[in-house]
Amino acid sequence: MRNALREFVLDGSGMPESDDYLVALGTRLRWQGDGRARTVRRAWLDTFDWRLYRAGLTLELTSARGAAELTLTGRDGAVVAAQPAGAAGSRPRWPALLAALPVGPLRERLAPVVGARALLPVARAGSTLHELRVLNSDDKTVARVTVDRMCLSYPARAALPPRLTVTALRGYQAQADRLADILAAARGVTDGASGALEAALAAAGRQPGDYTGKISIRLDPRSPAVTAVAAVLEQLLGTMEANVGGVVRDIDSEFLHDLRIAVRRTRSALKLAGDVLPDGLASRFRPEFKWLGDLTTPTRDLDVYLMGYDAMAAGLVAATPAELAPFHDYLARQRAAEHRQLARGLRSSRFSRLTSEWREALGSAAASRKTRPAAAQLAARRIRRAHRRVLDDGGAITATSAPESMHELRKRCKELRYLLEIFGSLYDPGEHWQAVRELKSLQDCLGEFQDTEVQRGEIRAFAAQMMDERTAPVSTLLAMGEIAAGLAERQRQARSEFAGRFRDFASPASQHRIRAMTEAAAS
Amino acid sequence: MKILATYNIKGGVGKTATAVNLAYLAARNGYRVLLWDLDPQAAATFLFRVRPRVKGGGKGLIQGTRSLDAAIKGTDYDHLDLLPADFTYRNLDLLLDAARKPARKLGRLLGPLRSEYDVVFLDCPPSFSLLSESVLHAADTLLVPLIPTTLSVRTLDQLTEFIAGFDGQRPVILAFFSMIDRRKRLHKEIAEQLPGQRSDVAATAIPALSLIEQMSVRRAPVTAFAPRSSAARSYAQLWAEARARAGLS
Repeated sequence: MRNALREFVLDGSGMPESDDYLVALGTRLRWQGDGRARTVRRAWLDTFDWRLYRAGLTLELTSARGAAELTLTGRDGAVVAAQPAGAAGSRPRWPALLAALPVGPLRERLAPVVGARALLPVARAGSTLHELRVLNSDDKTVARVTVDRMCLSYPARAALPPRLTVTALRGYQAQADRLADILAAARGVTDGASGALEAALAAAGRQPGDYTGKISIRLDPRSPAVTAVAAVLEQLLGTMEANVGGVVRDIDSEFLHDLRIAVRRTRSALKLAGDVLPDGLASRFRPEFKWLGDLTTPTRDLDVYLMGYDAMAAGLVAATPAELAPFHDYLARQRAAEHRQLARGLRSSRFSRLTSEWREALGSAAASRKTRPAAAQLAARRIRRAHRRVLDDGGAITATSAPESMHELRKRCKELRYLLEIFGSLYDPGEHWQAVRELKSLQDCLGEFQDTEVQRGEIRAFAAQMMDERTAPVSTLLAMGEIAAGLAERQRQARSEFAGRFRDFASPASQHRIRAMTEAAAS
Repeated sequence: MKILATYNIKGGVGKTATAVNLAYLAARNGYRVLLWDLDPQAAATFLFRVRPRVKGGGKGLIQGTRSLDAAIKGTDYDHLDLLPADFTYRNLDLLLDAARKPARKLGRLLGPLRSEYDVVFLDCPPSFSLLSESVLHAADTLLVPLIPTTLSVRTLDQLTEFIAGFDGQRPVILAFFSMIDRRKRLHKEIAEQLPGQRSDVAATAIPALSLIEQMSVRRAPVTAFAPRSSAARSYAQLWAEARARAGLS
């Protein structure tokens, strides 16, 4: 079996079309080629947010002569897992969720990394491969050299310089290393360790990992607040636009999740810092982003139910999962109907007008000559105000407070969280991470309380609707009742945890952290 | 991981040619294959153009100071690796004798390779010794080449009887006629009659062909350099029988 790859890129000019590559490189090795070229079609797969790339993995689909193989490699080029992509006719159609892949070690290895995301082609190419064997004095193969002439077809059309891969045969690593050293020193040869995928994407003007749902822009603390806020909002608009296609095509549930987060961050930024934008801009666009947020809510709510469905069914004690199955069918039908509405909204002229006018408005805002306040000063004032409101509202909650007061506190926490995210790049990363972590712990508790409250009400509404439609047997309604009872228990648990979580959040050390962190940036 | 061993007390009956060709065919089928050349004459090692040298020798492997893993060499063929012979293997009997539970030693040494290989072929030297006993215990399937004579059939019976006395796992025996000379009446008769009478004798017989002898000149399996020859076809039929007998899917 082969191991240990080293890759090189050849200066394509003047390379002969025959097998004489090594001779052309001036090496004095004994080698043999079969003279025939193989052509393979290749596609590299990853999630939209590059989860495999970020985990140091590369998934490649190669097809030749009717057979297709999936190969997962690690950072060092070593194969982690490989398996056929399924029999002809039953192969996944990309993009595809993991469940569409054949069961096997490759799918098992991918599952914890990929999660709910679909795998989609990030690049496609055709390769003409010449394989040469490097021989020792017994005419024994000690290494294989593959010359790969690759033509990229997606995301752009481009011919790449030939790539040369040296593969050692087991037990002959030293000889392969010597060969690789000779090649590395040869004229017209450069190191290609970054891999074929990165070379392919670079030829198309892209790089792996170029999408993230997080706010990645770096703000200058002294820059005018209006410029900083406009820059963040522009990045959020880019995130929305990047996800629209995936939402409309319904590739996976996370496109909608990222789109919604970008909309919510935008709405919070407009509410909490929109006053620094030129006159009337925030108030003009806030209703439109509310419309967009509302448009996405029903589908996302149903996605959350469907993603949690298996765990919900597995947690049944009195009822059986089979009795709950009509509820799943109902959720799936509702979701399909809601998704059609959502897709219509995202294809509407109202949406395209919103994005184009918003981009234009942000462009003019960024060109504003208003230099005060500075970004860090605005951030400090707004974060401290939002923090104070969370402390006041949370401190007023007692064991007998109405659920609405918990809901209001959750909203205040979200506002603080979004401010911390929007202005995050102004602060010391360690302090910022700690501040977000303390807030998140409180938010998780409030979220559990509120979500279980809402879901109980929704389950009642679903049950009523299913009865009207005559789609629910009694056993299903009873199973749904059991789920509602489970939600009530979870809500009670969240309520009992609230006091402790809030105490941690409101601790003097935590309060000092927010104050010191924001002051340090603003000074 | 299935372990198949080619074994016969006699030399020159086609053990190595069988191990080399069947290992190649198994690798062609997509199995991850290791061939361990246990014969200090190193014929299988020579056929794969590998140098007959193992660091630390047989002593290092048997005493566990060197891992099998580090001694393995890739052959020129995909999915097919070789654990080469070494001249010190001539002392394997003495080394095994000094080891604990010598009859189980080879099986234990191969254990760590379980996840790496689907099929292991053991090519044994001609003898009846502690080494061959250890091979018989480690193997799931014994491939026994026979020259078609009455005496060789008697040897097969002795082997079967010896294995029947094993505690625990016993290898499945698949004997087959090898080096058949179609011009000899006795060869023809025995090779045609016996498979019908005994379930432990394969229907396939390997003829004595000069192309098989050519392997030592070409230094490659005949199934690789002349895949459409009648010799290669015979080995392919034998592999189909051996594969089914070994329970490989």
